[in-house]
Amino acid sequence: MNDEPKPAEGLSEAFLKRAAPDRAAMEDLIVVPFFAVVVALLLGALAMLATNVDLATVGRSYVALLVGSVGSFNAISETLTAAIPLTLAGLGIALGFRAGMFNIGAEGQLLIGGMAAVIAGFSFAGLPAVVHVPLVLLVGAMAGGLYAAIAGWLRAATGAHEVITTIMLNLISYRLVDYMLRLDFIQREGRSDPISKSVLGSAELPRILTWLDPNLRLHAGVFLMIAAVIFIHWLLFRTRLGFEFRASGESPDAARYAGMRAGLIIVLAMGMAGALSGLAGANQVSGVLGRASPGFSAGIGFDAIAVALLGRSHPWGVLLAGLLFGALEAGGRQMQVDAGVSIDLISIIQALIIVFIAAPLLVRRLFPWGFRKPAPVAKE
Amino acid sequence: MAVELRGITKRFGSFAAVKGVNLQIRAGKVLGLLGENGAGKSTLMNVLCGLYAQTEGEILIDGKPVRFNGPGEAIRAGIGMVHQHFMLIPVFTVAENVVLGVEPTGRFDHLDLDQARAQVREINDSYGLEVDPDALIETLPVGVQQRVEIIKVLFRSADLVIFDEPTAVLTPQEVVEFFEIVRSLRDSGKAIVFITHKLGEIREISDHIAVLRRGEIVGHADHPDAVSEADLAEMMVGRPVSFDVEKNPHKPGAPLLEVADLTVLNENDDIAVDDVSMIVRSGEIVGIAGVQGNGQSALVEALTGLTRVAGGTVLFKGRDITRASARDRHRMGFAHIPEDRQRTGLIPAFTIAENMVLDSYYDDRFSRGPTMLWRVVNQAAAQAVQDFDVRAGSIFDAVSTLSGGNQQKVIVARELSRDTEFLIASQPTRGLDVGSIEYIHSRIAQARDEGDGVLIVSSELDEILALSDRILVMFKGKIVAEFDGATADKSEVGLAMAGRYEGAAA
Repeated sequence: MNDEPKPAEGLSEAFLKRAAPDRAAMEDLIVVPFFAVVVALLLGALAMLATNVDLATVGRSYVALLVGSVGSFNAISETLTAAIPLTLAGLGIALGFRAGMFNIGAEGQLLIGGMAAVIAGFSFAGLPAVVHVPLVLLVGAMAGGLYAAIAGWLRAATGAHEVITTIMLNLISYRLVDYMLRLDFIQREGRSDPISKSVLGSAELPRILTWLDPNLRLHAGVFLMIAAVIFIHWLLFRTRLGFEFRASGESPDAARYAGMRAGLIIVLAMGMAGALSGLAGANQVSGVLGRASPGFSAGIGFDAIAVALLGRSHPWGVLLAGLLFGALEAGGRQMQVDAGVSIDLISIIQALIIVFIAAPLLVRRLFPWGFRKPAPVAKE
Repeated sequence: MAVELRGITKRFGSFAAVKGVNLQIRAGKVLGLLGENGAGKSTLMNVLCGLYAQTEGEILIDGKPVRFNGPGEAIRAGIGMVHQHFMLIPVFTVAENVVLGVEPTGRFDHLDLDQARAQVREINDSYGLEVDPDALIETLPVGVQQRVEIIKVLFRSADLVIFDEPTAVLTPQEVVEFFEIVRSLRDSGKAIVFITHKLGEIREISDHIAVLRRGEIVGHADHPDAVSEADLAEMMVGRPVSFDVEKNPHKPGAPLLEVADLTVLNENDDIAVDDVSMIVRSGEIVGIAGVQGNGQSALVEALTGLTRVAGGTVLFKGRDITRASARDRHRMGFAHIPEDRQRTGLIPAFTIAENMVLDSYYDDRFSRGPTMLWRVVNQAAAQAVQDFDVRAGSIFDAVSTLSGGNQQKVIVARELSRDTEFLIASQPTRGLDVGSIEYIHSRIAQARDEGDGVLIVSSELDEILALSDRILVMFKGKIVAEFDGATADKSEVGLAMAGRYEGAAA
């Protein structure tokens, strides 16, 4: 009975074979999001028809959506520019999901991070750009991270649920930004409305496509976005910390029994999620806006939740989702100009996509083709 | 009511879970259906109660062929099933749960709970169930909750009652009471099907036994008394099974774990472990017997560093580890097989490889700096899967796709494939089939023969008796008796578990 462990050379290689992802997994990953987008666009068209937009205009607006998102260098530049903060903050949300934290606070973390980045951006005159830009980004990330860590600490120390605390921290951040924008050392000289000084030229993320056309807004933040995707992928799937994050997210009890420190993991996961949102904020003020004004976050932190959901909390999925949402935003602006359809329609379409993503069964029922019939699962 | 299954086959895709099964179920008789996990017992019964449609074959009730479209039709035909996992609403009362879905209503859809209560009492009285119709489900012990499930089935006028692994969740006393209920149901003329993999129970309660292996009926026994447990086990597993755990003679070494005056509180600040002192030496297995809920879980959590200790000390090789963390103890060579493999022992959605390093991923073997060395992890996991006979296609399969026995083997492999000094195993074989139990017991005995100290906590008295060199009995948070493993008498240990042992504690 008590057989000795077999020698290593007898190790069967079969155990090390990785099965190809089964069809159900592929359907969930690709077919469902694809159908979700198609149905959302169809329902968006129906919404337009129902509000007395004629069919020709509906057609024109979807052509404008396509042209405005990928139809020209400028369109692609705008799409990517919009995708950067969505992807960065979306990565933060996704990281939180993986660690079992439902972080609703990206918006507030983005505001606090952006605000800190603005201050760092208009201070330190005379720094070279190679130092100043990273400094601004770092300050933004740290501020966002610390702000989110408050919610993490509250959860770890008291059990206060992060959904509640992050929503409250969002509200605090709105008013905190309004208040700070009127402080003497932040408010722009000679202005009575709440608006900050502009960041110095040395703190601006350089535009990278001006050699093509001086009007293209795409900036170096796009590299930051790619780097962040790669980094988060490495962190989640290649590191000890990522293993701890994923274990705690899947089963806090099993993680605790395995000797992982739940409180520390919660605080770290929230901190890193907040740092990514803060980075998104710093990216906005340093690469696009150049200053801070009330509500400069523009709902990116909330759209990022949708991006993380659509991307299935997988870094590369988040990138694709961020690009899609960036395209919808850039194309939506074109749509408004060309067809006179309100950009609010884009919000409706985005919301519909999420409804269908969140309800894969609904999509399967609506489009029985493209899916294999679910085989009954043997129980026992 | 007489039910006959003729040539029932059920396929899932190309896999036949049940193959050409013929069975006779008669009124006033208990049919015991014996088989290992995965043998097709539940699939077969799910066909009978309308959850699955059979691929081939027919069901005859009193000689007439029937076909059920869904469980509703089976219930109307008088077939009721008490599932292994109860389907009760915890915040509802017994009466409310019983009438759920078939509520007696008065005018304007008024819910007539008085009538429901009266009917529950009536069923209570006729079968001696003794359940308070107004008690909230969440306040009831598991054994009583099971009776509520039985009342539910009877309330729907079932003539055939199917019990799926009914004793898995019960304490020894509750099993005795449960068998009384089954007998009274049988004597009132109900047909009973009793699904289990426990040999002793099936011989005690059944009038007729059918053994299922890999979806086929491989044996019958019309007189349960005439077959031995060994014969049944061999039919079930397909090879001779040994019940005795092979191990070297008891040669205890130096004290490994010394627990003195240990007191542990539960989450409500009530005393769960009350002033417990004990010693585990290297090279011995100490078994802690006790009915579940007498502080064993808190004791294990305290010894593994998962919960705070309120008083007393724990020494490991002479060193005070009372406040050491779970990770610290893991480093010292503690191995822990937790009580609840799905919730605390494994992460079902993770792969086998990931679960294999769930508590040792931090080790230098498996990580360098911040990064995991997945190549090394995968090699080690494949080796462990092979050494510990985990039946899996690949180490990249999710653990949730494995059977319970194989899931437990993953845990045992993880805990014992490294250099350990002390093993704590809590309910190590709960809900497992005979083959897996035999294997896991042999591995535990092997760890002890290699010089580990072993602490086994189990509510299965047979398991404690088979494995232990010394037996401690826990009752209401205290160690109330100690027995020598070789000479312990089952009924005396059982009395001590009930808190009624009068003999001198050794």
